[in-house]
Amino acid sequence: MADTKSHHIALGEDSLTQDTTTINLGPTHPATHGVFQNIMEIDGERVMRTTPTVGYIHRAFEKIAERRPFYQITTLTDRLNYCSSPINNIGWQLAVEKLLGIKTPKRVDYLRVIIMELARITDHLICNSVIGVDTGAFTGFLYVMQFREKVYEIYEEICGSRLTTNIGRFGGFERNFTETAWRKLDEFLKEWPKALDEFDRLMTRNRIFMDRCIGAGPLTAEQALNYSVAGPNLRAAGVDYDVRVASPYSSYEDFKFEIPVGTTGDVYDRYLVRMEEMRQSESLIRQSLEKLKDLDPSIYHADVPEYYLPEKKDVYTKMEALIYHFKIVMGEINIPEGEVYSCVEGANGELGFYIVSDGGRSPYRCHFRRPCFIYYQAYPEIVKGGLFSDAIITLSSMNLIAGELDA
Amino acid sequence: MALTHDDIKASLNTKFGEQLASYDESYGMLCATIPAAKNLEVIQFLYNDEKMKFRFLTDLTAIHYPDRTQEELCVVYHLHNLQDNTRLRIKAYVPVAQPDIQSLTPVFKGADWLEREAYDFFGVNFLGHPNLIRIMNVEEMDYFPLRKEYPMEDPSRRDKDDEMFGRGGSQFY
Repeated sequence: MADTKSHHIALGEDSLTQDTTTINLGPTHPATHGVFQNIMEIDGERVMRTTPTVGYIHRAFEKIAERRPFYQITTLTDRLNYCSSPINNIGWQLAVEKLLGIKTPKRVDYLRVIIMELARITDHLICNSVIGVDTGAFTGFLYVMQFREKVYEIYEEICGSRLTTNIGRFGGFERNFTETAWRKLDEFLKEWPKALDEFDRLMTRNRIFMDRCIGAGPLTAEQALNYSVAGPNLRAAGVDYDVRVASPYSSYEDFKFEIPVGTTGDVYDRYLVRMEEMRQSESLIRQSLEKLKDLDPSIYHADVPEYYLPEKKDVYTKMEALIYHFKIVMGEINIPEGEVYSCVEGANGELGFYIVSDGGRSPYRCHFRRPCFIYYQAYPEIVKGGLFSDAIITLSSMNLIAGELDA
Repeated sequence: MALTHDDIKASLNTKFGEQLASYDESYGMLCATIPAAKNLEVIQFLYNDEKMKFRFLTDLTAIHYPDRTQEELCVVYHLHNLQDNTRLRIKAYVPVAQPDIQSLTPVFKGADWLEREAYDFFGVNFLGHPNLIRIMNVEEMDYFPLRKEYPMEDPSRRDKDDEMFGRGGSQFY
């Protein structure tokens, strides 16, 4: 076993005589946009070495999950990547549905696609506008931020909450989308593309922005694959791996969309990939709305009463609903034994759920593959030898979400 | 295209012999259980072989089974062949008294933190790991919290007993 080190931050042996400067970036530095720390060794403006420390907001979700019924774990997944919680929620539901063998109706799949793509847009818009903030362009951030608010209002109409959404149930959604939700979605789709174009004009070909981003923090495809990087950061390096295409879930195979890839894997490529993904997400939402027109608008969940928590008003008025409500809440449903790995394309990459079920009411063991946690390991190698200011924008362009780092 | 489960089995059997692994399939994913002493060798082979090409480490974690004598800890690897889009799960069991297993860091740099995480929570000792220290928990911690011997809840709470979760003792009706 390795020696347990002292909890003091260990400075190097030669820290007093060395020529380099040791600085602490984080845990609460404004540029880290989350609670994690980097101990950086810098020589003038050059980063010589960096040691990331994570775990500041570790909440032991995997331990907690071993003592929570499956449906209560959805709320834990909210807190992973809290910029796009619906993807985590639905990803978890898809994993459990795979374990339980629930087949969802097409309409549920398409509604989920709408929600997940909205979540992807909000996540990417934050990431890209934060690259702007860190390069000195605060305006873009303020322009697009109101659209995150509009998306949150849509979530609010659907599930009642905004940030930690706990959206949906096993088998579908807890209630059908309301008229207001559809209206808000239409408004969003009308206004958002204009705002994105404006943001695009403000940033993408901006000379200062380009000079700051091009060539900063490059990651080659080989490095990215070896570090198990996934998502936009991998695609920016030129690898066209997207879970939505590789192993489609929630009927993504019915849609036509493009997977943007970059070439150099630098900050600018990561930015461009996310920009294009936002446009593709918008197109996916529109396609989904088209497809929904032909489907029975009253369906919003699969017909699996033994797993789907019934609507509250039915619980109060109908015998069967009351019985199933009781059975689900008291854990009398049959969970099959088995092991499932199910993944979705989270905003940061392959978000995987590995569930080991022993037939109990809660998982025997569950593990969240958090893309952020895995690709953050590559950070020291990416920034080594580069400028300190590049290290900052590399950090923001990788979209590190502390909740997802630490679980 | 299409690297089938039979191909993987055949390839592993030719390279390492029939008795190397036991296979099972769960929800469409092939799982090979291999001896812990061979983990690096097998995964290195799966990485290098031109037909297998399992060059993406999706996930690495551990599971604690207190009832399995001499193989209480299970290290689980999820590998992915991105070109053929085939996934493979590999399991290796180690005794909790001496949980030694080779580190995958020579093959995958991405295994570094995942192994630190498995060490942190389960105490799996990854031999050859460059920096095997705790990652999430405080360094002073002297136990491995995700092992099953550490109950999470307050022991006085009856509603969090094992029997309430469909395990052990009398079933809850």
